[in-house]
Amino acid sequence: MSGKLFAVVVILIALASAVPIVTHTFMGATVAPPPDISTHGAEIDKQMDETMIEAGLSFLAAQIVLGIFVWGAAGAKGKLKNFPGGAKYLILAAILLVGAEAIALGAIGSKAWAKVYFQPASADALPIQVQAGQFAFYFRYAGPDGKFGALHPEKIDEGNSNFFGLDPENDIPARDDIQSGELVVPVNKEIHLMMHAKDVGHSFYVRELRIQQDFVPGLDLSLHFTATKIGKYEIVCTQLCGLGHYNMKAYINVMSQDDFNAWLKSQSNT
Amino acid sequence: MSEASAHVVHHGPPTSFIRKHVFSLDHKVIGKQYYALALVAVFTGMVLSWIMRIHLVWPNAPIPLLGLLSKVGAPGGIVTPEYYLSLMTMHGTLMVFFVLTNAPFAAFGNYFLPIQIGAEDMAFPRFNMMSFWTTFIAFCILVAAFFVPDGPPLSGWTAYAPLSAIGKDTGPGEGLGQTLWALSIFVFCIASLLGSLNFIATTLDLRTKGMTLARMPIVSWAWFITSCIALLAFAVLLPACLLLILDRAAGTSFFIPSGLNVSDHLQPHQGGSPLLWQHLFWFFGHPEVYIAILPAIGIVSHILICNMRKPMLSHKTIIYCMMGIGFLSYMVWGHHMFLSGMNPFSALVFSFPTLMITIPATIMTLIWLGSLYGSNLRINSASLFSIGFISMFVSGGVSGFFLAQPSIDIYLHATYFVVGHFHMVMGVAAIMGVFAGTYFWFPKMTGRMMSETLGKWHFFFTLIGTYAIFMPFHYLGLAGNVRRYSAFTDDFLVPLIPVHKFITYAALFTGAAQLIFIFNLIYSRFKGAPAPDNPWECTSLEWSTPSSPPPFDNFGGQHLVVYHDPHQYGVKSSTGDYLMQTSPERAGETP
Repeated sequence: MSGKLFAVVVILIALASAVPIVTHTFMGATVAPPPDISTHGAEIDKQMDETMIEAGLSFLAAQIVLGIFVWGAAGAKGKLKNFPGGAKYLILAAILLVGAEAIALGAIGSKAWAKVYFQPASADALPIQVQAGQFAFYFRYAGPDGKFGALHPEKIDEGNSNFFGLDPENDIPARDDIQSGELVVPVNKEIHLMMHAKDVGHSFYVRELRIQQDFVPGLDLSLHFTATKIGKYEIVCTQLCGLGHYNMKAYINVMSQDDFNAWLKSQSNT
Repeated sequence: MSEASAHVVHHGPPTSFIRKHVFSLDHKVIGKQYYALALVAVFTGMVLSWIMRIHLVWPNAPIPLLGLLSKVGAPGGIVTPEYYLSLMTMHGTLMVFFVLTNAPFAAFGNYFLPIQIGAEDMAFPRFNMMSFWTTFIAFCILVAAFFVPDGPPLSGWTAYAPLSAIGKDTGPGEGLGQTLWALSIFVFCIASLLGSLNFIATTLDLRTKGMTLARMPIVSWAWFITSCIALLAFAVLLPACLLLILDRAAGTSFFIPSGLNVSDHLQPHQGGSPLLWQHLFWFFGHPEVYIAILPAIGIVSHILICNMRKPMLSHKTIIYCMMGIGFLSYMVWGHHMFLSGMNPFSALVFSFPTLMITIPATIMTLIWLGSLYGSNLRINSASLFSIGFISMFVSGGVSGFFLAQPSIDIYLHATYFVVGHFHMVMGVAAIMGVFAGTYFWFPKMTGRMMSETLGKWHFFFTLIGTYAIFMPFHYLGLAGNVRRYSAFTDDFLVPLIPVHKFITYAALFTGAAQLIFIFNLIYSRFKGAPAPDNPWECTSLEWSTPSSPPPFDNFGGQHLVVYHDPHQYGVKSSTGDYLMQTSPERAGETP
């Protein structure tokens, strides 16, 4: 009785688990990635969809077969039967099917990864520096001279809005640098983010852009992307950074090139 | 070599209460002590998860008594953001180290490995006692962190540097609490190293006459392979924790680079690397997953063989798969660090063996399924939890397919998808193995049967409940719900709160269902029906002891001789459809 009940329950659980994956909703909430707004994200999404199909089918098949076999075996008293062909074909199937699946996914998936990480940002990408600190992101643009001022961690003074530790008195390129609490970028333009952490580890995650990258104190890391849709999206920290971690966020504001130019101008005036 | 040393009597029967129940050299008592410690840890960890779940969906609800535990962390019983992180850190640490390492491996392994190979005790009984009491000290040090003035650590069970390394400047809990955490894990590593050495020596040297390696039950193989993995894994975490303690207490800079400005203080460190901690931690951390799951794989295989009344399709393949998984587990640690800033080429190098682990895992699953086919499966609480384990192992395994791919990890990393994945495959699956083992071996450990009716209720509530908790975690992850947040203030997270509510209800329900188990455990210990010598008609040596529980030297002075492998089911013999490993009888035709 309990064995047959298990068979029914496990098959029902498997089918019920698949419903939100297919319908993208659960308890009235949307449980799917938001529409992609990047040039590289489509490949990641495709990879995710293919994996979902392969993993999903494996999941359903295994649970349903488990249910069926348990249904048949539970409490049976008859002659023992062996699985046709024994272990040999099962082992072979696992090696060939899963091996092929793993190699295929690994190989195809590496293309999407390579697109984000193997190619450096192009020469005409817009460089923006981003600094993560407990519990805020700050962004810096080079200003009209196109040069970033040097960083002096000992000069960081949040009270006086010197978030990056600039030294405009002695450092000429720092004088026209633009600091912002919001990442403002032009649409359809490659952005080169130069990332560093001020204090502990943080991370930079924008769901819609399909990008996520840790900030590692002591390392200068970079990331590049092109946003393809105007709008405002949330940037959140995904690396546990302390008590305010849950609240560490900023916005990325994707605007037209003209709006961006106007914004940049308005910032450099202040 | 095994026969010669197998009959050495290590110590006489204990005479005093302290020697019998507290500082016992008897591996069975030590096994039960590990089990009891794991039980305390798992219920503490579970209550912490309840508090977290309640806080996430009702942030302003005062939680009774919590205000007394920490006036600062939970004033009036309302959890602060930093206290949430502390609860999470303690939950993870308790569960991973003191439950998932202790229960399936140290507790059951201690109790049954020597008996299953026909030994009278572990190779080094004093080391064994020391392992447990060192683990107990580690547990006390960790729990002490709850009571220090600035609160328990909040850097998660992974304790990423420099958050964990700098000290008080990084936030509450990062003072003494974090030091206690590092010290606790350091001590825990010593205990685990002693324990693994003991398991290895016992397996290699103390097998009784006729107990060749090939005749060991799969579960003994699992404990043996696990102890080899643990020996290498904890040997790396031990110095890592030492370096962390030195960074915190002695001003060294192993994990802290120069130029960090924390809370407006320029830190006086230079030259360290936060990535070094991640490498050391995950070099331990990934094998740790298998330290939790391999013993469970062994336990359920052992139980299934007995309850299917026929051998597995291939025992050797399962053992080779466990070895393969153990070997591969050392080549994949970097998959936790795809986005950590290490060379992006290395992500592909780590991704490949990670995907390859799917092969031995799938082979094992197919062998379990193929073996179930056409068997006469006896349904009891132990076998139900074993098939429940298979279901959970598959569910937790397939989600690994996503996370093994760096390109998908860009989106899913650090989301609830990851939390759902490891809770299912490492947490729930391993715990199902522990439940299966408990229902199966309880008669041997206590001489009494557990209630099957309660066991079955417990199973179905746990199966449905854990799926209800952890399946939705995956959906949250697909929606990009970031983990380790104490509140959902982001625009895109607010709509997901109903899902979190569902999970909280499921967690409260599933946790409450565990009271059935506790009641069954305690009630059956005193009032359970007396257990026959071999209630499950199982062939392995633990069912050849003269009594339940076995006498202090396990076999009452007998020196067992083993004639068969433990898979003699579905045969004709004087005992019925099975043949004990110790029976000199030859198996007849398959009926």
